Amino acid sequence: MSLEKTYPKEVKQILAKYPPEHKRSAVMPLLYLAQREEGYITKSAMQDIAQMLDITETEVASIVGFYSLYHDEKAGKYRMQVCTDLPCALRGADEFLNNLCGNLGIKVGETTPDGLITVEAVMCLASCDKAPMFQTQGPDGIKYHDLMTIDRTMELIDALKQANKEEK
Amino acid sequence: MAYVLLRHRDIPDINKIDVYKKNGGFAALKKAVTKMQPVEVTNVVKDSGLRGRGGAGFPTGMKWSFIDNKNWPHYVVANADESEPGTFKDREIMESNPFQFLEGLALASYAVSANTAYIYLRGEFWQLAAFLDEKIAEMEKAGYLGDNLFGTEYSLKIYTHLGAGAYICGEETALLESIEGKRGQPRVRPPFPPSYGLYGKPTIINNVETFTNVPMILANGADWYKAMGTMDSAGVKIFSLSGRVRKPGNYELPFGTTFRQLIYEHAGGVQEGRPIKAIMPAGASSSLIVVDDKVLDTPMDYASVRTLGADLGSASVIVLDDTVDIDWVINKTIKFFKHESCGKCTPCREGNYWMKNLTSRIHSGRGSSEDVDLLLNVAKQMQGKCLCALGEFSTMAVVTGIERFPQDFKKVVKA
Repeated sequence: MSLEKTYPKEVKQILAKYPPEHKRSAVMPLLYLAQREEGYITKSAMQDIAQMLDITETEVASIVGFYSLYHDEKAGKYRMQVCTDLPCALRGADEFLNNLCGNLGIKVGETTPDGLITVEAVMCLASCDKAPMFQTQGPDGIKYHDLMTIDRTMELIDALKQANKEEK
Repeated sequence: MAYVLLRHRDIPDINKIDVYKKNGGFAALKKAVTKMQPVEVTNVVKDSGLRGRGGAGFPTGMKWSFIDNKNWPHYVVANADESEPGTFKDREIMESNPFQFLEGLALASYAVSANTAYIYLRGEFWQLAAFLDEKIAEMEKAGYLGDNLFGTEYSLKIYTHLGAGAYICGEETALLESIEGKRGQPRVRPPFPPSYGLYGKPTIINNVETFTNVPMILANGADWYKAMGTMDSAGVKIFSLSGRVRKPGNYELPFGTTFRQLIYEHAGGVQEGRPIKAIMPAGASSSLIVVDDKVLDTPMDYASVRTLGADLGSASVIVLDDTVDIDWVINKTIKFFKHESCGKCTPCREGNYWMKNLTSRIHSGRGSSEDVDLLLNVAKQMQGKCLCALGEFSTMAVVTGIERFPQDFKKVVKA
């Protein structure tokens, strides 16, 4: 399935942002679009984008590999990305991450058995005054969750579980 | 004193276009486009003494005057990649006072006769990009962006472009590569962006906070702006304060405010009333300053902070109290830089890899004093040899940490 067929309006909007002779610039927004459904970018989506922008598949793959918000493997529906960089760590981010993993019974990088949550430790998210904090990356984009406690995080996970059930 | 940048703290609804307009919004843009030549706008900014807020502190008006007028079209790019650990000011500006930032971007575009401007936001600012898209659409509808502004020949479009999680894209030439749809790796400079920028065309790149100053400077004049701050560093600055303080957050203050005033008067002091051991004034890229009374009473401006053997950078002040071990600090910063090194130049790619191995070993108590010497040696070998500032700055905390806090390393190494 090509992106142009699935998201005609979005593709057109994206291409309009850049000079037609530099349509390669659209590769990053198109990759976000390709990632929307499955949470990762398939080989055929990379082929599709390469064709659309007149670049090689290898060039598209090199973009996917370079930037950390693109994924080429399936993970949980939501990636819970906890910042553990210096400013957050000075305000308890490492302990928060440990406790979160303990509560979920998984290690960093693993996914909950229901396939809903993957916990990741990530680099600075520009929210250093509101640690502990994380972002969720999922089908509805990226959202910030500032000044979090384990209790509030578990409530958020329950809400995501509930919403997921209702969708199915 | 009224806020200059964080004006939403005085006027809560200033992110609504009507409220912004009612409070003088877009008057500077209208005046510039209808009554001033582009070069006059640049000259006012030059006279104001405004320096770039992204970290390097380069004089803004001078940068704009470097635009190559023999090569067209021109572009203006807002650097909203805000990724330095400890920096979180641009996010607040864009969320809460978006029109002032956008007006500043429009003024800069007019000053260099650019008809297209891009805002490069870090990918994590996904929601913020959608929010700015709405604000841009509102400005278009109200006639502040688009074709023939205020009935003149001048036209301007602004677009957002999302990055996807790469600290290096805050480096201006890596950022340009990223907009061009490539991996974000820095270019060899010169040529600099004002002559060879986006798509090889003359381009002005400034930080979000820099642009946000411009409407107020145009509205109130260069002398008004210069009257704030110090001789060396004119105007106000947003200090992002984090670490072991009671009230972390953004503080807009005139340049020249002391560390003591920021930490004790504005942020309520250190958690549990503990003494401060060290300050990193420029985020993870910073040198570590050993704190004493003289340091706390040092004014925060570019020149004064340099006398402490550090740089003010983007003024992301991280406070470390006496319970923090410096070997732990550099293990954290090097983990960050190893992850974020783009891999283009060997000193940074390999240097950070080996520094990470060494800081991990030392911090875990498995290191020897030879490992500490080796780590210092590797860091010093990298200095002056990296392609961009990321590599250079990755060594700052390591070198100053080992040299200024030797006791912390003696404590953890094997006898």
